[in-house]
Amino acid sequence: MAITIQDVEHIAKLARLRLTEEEKLRFQKELGKIIEYFDQLKKLNTDGVPPTTHVVPLENVLREDAVKPCLSVEEALANAPDRKGNYFRVPKVVEKEG
Amino acid sequence: MKYESIIGLEVHAQLLTDSKIFCGCSVSYGADPNSQTCPVCLGLPGVLPVLNKKAVEYAVKMVLAVGGTVAPHSIFARKNYFYPDLPKGYQISQYDQPLSTGGSVEIEIPESKAKKKIHLTRIHLEEDAGKSLHSEDNSYTNTSSNVKQKGETLVDMNRCGVPLIEIVTQPDMRSPKEATLFLNKLKQILEYLEICSGNMEEGSLRCDANVSVRPIAQTKLGTKTEVKNMNSFKAVEKALNFEMERQIGIIESGGRIIQETLLWDAEKELIAPMRSKEESHDYRYFPEPDLVVLKFHPQTISGIGGIRSEEKFGTPTITIVEKIKQSLPELPEARKTRFIKQYQIPEYDAELLTTEKKLADYYEECVKNYPNSKAVSNWVMGEVLRELKERKISVSEFKVPPKELASLLKQVDSGTLSGKMAKDVFVEMAETGLSSEKIIQEKGLVQVTDTKEIESVIESVLRENPGEVEKYRSGKERVFGFFVGEVMKKTKGKANPSVVNQILKEKLSS
Repeated sequence: MAITIQDVEHIAKLARLRLTEEEKLRFQKELGKIIEYFDQLKKLNTDGVPPTTHVVPLENVLREDAVKPCLSVEEALANAPDRKGNYFRVPKVVEKEG
Repeated sequence: MKYESIIGLEVHAQLLTDSKIFCGCSVSYGADPNSQTCPVCLGLPGVLPVLNKKAVEYAVKMVLAVGGTVAPHSIFARKNYFYPDLPKGYQISQYDQPLSTGGSVEIEIPESKAKKKIHLTRIHLEEDAGKSLHSEDNSYTNTSSNVKQKGETLVDMNRCGVPLIEIVTQPDMRSPKEATLFLNKLKQILEYLEICSGNMEEGSLRCDANVSVRPIAQTKLGTKTEVKNMNSFKAVEKALNFEMERQIGIIESGGRIIQETLLWDAEKELIAPMRSKEESHDYRYFPEPDLVVLKFHPQTISGIGGIRSEEKFGTPTITIVEKIKQSLPELPEARKTRFIKQYQIPEYDAELLTTEKKLADYYEECVKNYPNSKAVSNWVMGEVLRELKERKISVSEFKVPPKELASLLKQVDSGTLSGKMAKDVFVEMAETGLSSEKIIQEKGLVQVTDTKEIESVIESVLRENPGEVEKYRSGKERVFGFFVGEVMKKTKGKANPSVVNQILKEKLSS
């Protein structure tokens, strides 16, 4: 399956990446190779192999519902590019995509 | 032409755990902004989420309560999108392998008394996002580019990572009214299970809707829209009515409905489209590699199904689905039916008393101490609910314990208090939290049943009103009420009415 320039642009947009024309061509080639590899995997016979979502042989790893100490507000905001009072502060966003 | 609406709901309910779903941060409401965060819920690099056991138990409780099927095998998935209140850039949710499928909630249409099942598609676990406050007033200067921009958004991450269940229904509701009936029933079940506070205003219960309309005889579905941001039960009905009318208006004028997401504006009471691009719905879900599979074994060594946890590390079986099933409390419908049978009260009473678990508990506790169940029902539905409404408080905040109400009612039976006096004492109890005995004592409210005392009051009333006595004796029996009133006035309402009636009759006919 080939990757088009439009695919690259779409993926870049979703990932909030601004690519130059040169980069788009480069990623078209690199992503194309990855997809090709999956095409290769598709040829394997997987009859009788259950779908795997995790390679670690663990299940039901749970913790008790116990409150642990949090970061201080200062620590929480330490990496914030901007703050106002005890809030993170960013340019106004209106629509929610979630 | 007559239209009907086709409505499906997605309800998010916050689970009443102490800590977040994937980390140990507290979830208490109303804390200072950003005071309840840690590297896990802030999405700092290199951290690992670990699933909260209680969140799983609560979710399973809900699944079992609505008759759904717990999937033997479910996984978490990443839902990817960019928004400032989502620090990781993805929400951990469940997608193609959710915790459960199926189940239903029954509603009753008030006009026809007809029962209707609203089927559920699924219930899954997920984490909440943070909270954003938008403001137009202040402008924002980008520190790196120095570009000034109108408006700012402030973000509080306390809610980020709070455990939620998302309950998705099939498009089974045919009117906004049915949607609110369903939502109320759902809230009632969540409250009975004590897994969610059900408070829409605080955001512990949120709801989005898919809405379409069609002429009543038509079977083909119309194009649907999604309505978001309905933050109260009133808002849900208003927003859905608004959207239904809007769609009918478009169809009637020959237009076409566009599939889009709309936001309800509670202040302006209207709906506005969310300016979203097509691409924003491409969430690129994929299995969350940081969390392992959630397995509910139909059979374990001990013979009962359960969640096994960290078994590889030597801690076997911690929670058992069967055990959760057995621990389920009596649900609203079952309790209502039992109330009718056990307490011999009308269906109307039973329905009202079981609306809220705490109210039903209050009623039962009171009946335990004062077995006249219908009298208690009248008091709870009348006086108790009125006091709660006037004081704008919940049953758990109410100052009159059920035992105290029972002892008040006993004093009416024993003749210490008249019904009217009891109501006054009750208001005092609700205000002060004092016992009925204490109030009766302090106010000297004891009902006079001493026949001698009442007799002398009656004699003086008759003496003072010879004209009225004449009237009564000449056949105008309506004057009887006048005498009773006078006696009550003189005794400040403390005379036992049946004793008064009896003596008055004797005196007047002699």
